Amino acid sequence: MSAVLTIAGYGFREAVRRKVFAVVVLLTALFLALFWLANHFVFTRLSTISPPTDVNVDTRTFAGAFLLGLAMFATLFLGVVLAVFLTLGVVSGDAERGLLQPLVVRPVGRSTLLLSRFLGAAAVCIVYVLAVYGIAVAIIDVAGHWTPPSVLAPGVELAGGVVIVIALSILGSILLSSTANGIAVFMLFGAGLTAGLLGTIGHALNSHEIQHASKIAAWALPFEALYQDGLRLISSNAHGLTGFLLQLGPFGGAYVHGWGIRVWSAGYLVVAVALAVFAFSRRDL
Amino acid sequence: MPYPRPMPQALAVHALEKRYGPVQALKGVDLSVEESELVGLLGPNGAGKSTLVKIAVGLVRASRGRAEVVGARAGSRAALAELGYLAELFRFPGWYTADEVLALHQRLSHSDGGAAERKHLLERVALADARNRRVDGMSKGMQQRLGIAQALVGSPRVLVLDEPTSALDPAGRRIVRVLLEELRDRGASVLLNSHLLSEIELVCDRVAILRAGEVVAAGSPDELSQPRGVELETDEGVRTVEGAAREDAARLVAEAVAAGRRVYGVRVLTSTLEETYLEAVGDEVS
Ligand SMILES: Nc1ncnc2c1ncn2[C@@H]1O[C@H](COP(=O)(O)OP(=O)(O)OP(=O)(O)O)[C@@H](O)[C@H]1O
Ligand SMILES: [Mg+2]
Repeated sequence: MSAVLTIAGYGFREAVRRKVFAVVVLLTALFLALFWLANHFVFTRLSTISPPTDVNVDTRTFAGAFLLGLAMFATLFLGVVLAVFLTLGVVSGDAERGLLQPLVVRPVGRSTLLLSRFLGAAAVCIVYVLAVYGIAVAIIDVAGHWTPPSVLAPGVELAGGVVIVIALSILGSILLSSTANGIAVFMLFGAGLTAGLLGTIGHALNSHEIQHASKIAAWALPFEALYQDGLRLISSNAHGLTGFLLQLGPFGGAYVHGWGIRVWSAGYLVVAVALAVFAFSRRDL
Repeated sequence: MPYPRPMPQALAVHALEKRYGPVQALKGVDLSVEESELVGLLGPNGAGKSTLVKIAVGLVRASRGRAEVVGARAGSRAALAELGYLAELFRFPGWYTADEVLALHQRLSHSDGGAAERKHLLERVALADARNRRVDGMSKGMQQRLGIAQALVGSPRVLVLDEPTSALDPAGRRIVRVLLEELRDRGASVLLNSHLLSEIELVCDRVAILRAGEVVAAGSPDELSQPRGVELETDEGVRTVEGAAREDAARLVAEAVAAGRRVYGVRVLTSTLEETYLEAVGDEVS
């Protein structure tokens, strides 16, 4: 246990020194300030907003859910940025620089070493995602007097999505150099977003092939599906609104959702971490 | 009656092979380091010295063969608990101070030596004044000395040092030499990679010369720098009597004279470790 804390603390200090947190905190502050402004203007001009006539919903709910959906996307994005920069060089990068070897020869065990780095990054990112999401919910509540029907679950799903990205990034760091890994993880993230959009287009065009492709992508990259499921939850009890919001976006629709994808995501995470531990145990350093 | 348990060797590798893609870095190496023994590993660049020690400390997986530290499989926690290792190429995080680096390694190696151990180790590598200096602000040689101090954290029974003096000035090398002698007196076992033959000759009990992944010569420095014969210059030319020693010189001259030769000179050939080394590895550089 003390080894886990030591290694996690080591990673944390490295991140502080590399100014990862400084950059992320700055970007986050900028985003939250803009988000607060957006809320301020949207809710003071609520009367001028008119949702499409075929949607049976009041403007406050519409505006609140829409803004929170945007905030969730931004939170996911910033969370992924943080996750990637915390973990992209955990194995190859540190091994190339000669930082890893002195640690690996200590009687800690490679699996403990890797799991400590994973848990450290996961703890930081979970706190970060929940904090940003919580602040966004609070801003909407204060500025617009609207709260989503489900507050906690969407935040947890976002955090879960980011934790999956951490596992993928650590796995990638064993197989790829830092730069290649960073690019690969962001590409996967982009692919997930694209798949979500694809699903929306598929629904709009009523194309089963596109919908099918989008579903496969959602299972293959479950962080995206978790985010979509979170979007679904923030508007779940607004009658008529769900379909509208999910078809319009903000960034796709939750065509794969519910407990199926949550359980799948948990299993996916366990397998990704186990694969990383296995690959690391065989990696020459 | 219970059998007396043989003391496990500090470090032992058997029929060790390592293949990196098309490169066969080790081709079946046998080598051991006994308790309180200091063994030097010599060989040209690319001979496989670092590969061998990396397998011994569990950084690299052998393709075939066996490696053990104090009877435990190399790389296992039991093996790592007995080890101190200085890598050929390593770096400590630039923002750690010398003291913090040692503290980190104390925690990871479960050493309870505390501040006293850290102070003592830094003194031994002449870094006492740099205790609170950041690694970023240290010269290469200072970082290497810090690396040596790091390897000694927790007073490990087995030390594996991969070119510990490559960046050191003559004074730094002397510090390491004294340290190695102290370690041996303390009963530690050491496997030392180096290109400095004089250093190896001075401190090692035994030397193994590796070439292209194979041990081509092994023995004590004395054995490896033994008399190589007597050279006799006569009217017939220069003749070398292989295997002859200093004591044979007078007899050889007498024999030559008795045979009617005129003797112009006689020379006892002794080879230094350097000559043995060059003979064993040829002119191979890499
Ligand atoms: N990670 C690796 N991938 C591929 N080949 C490698 C790797 N590490 C070492 N080699 C090859 O294995 C051989 C032995 O290398 P090694 O580093 O063990 O040599 P060495 O005896 O330590 O040399 P030096 O004196 O230069 O340190 C070399 O041919 C080297 O190119
Ligand atoms: Mg080497």
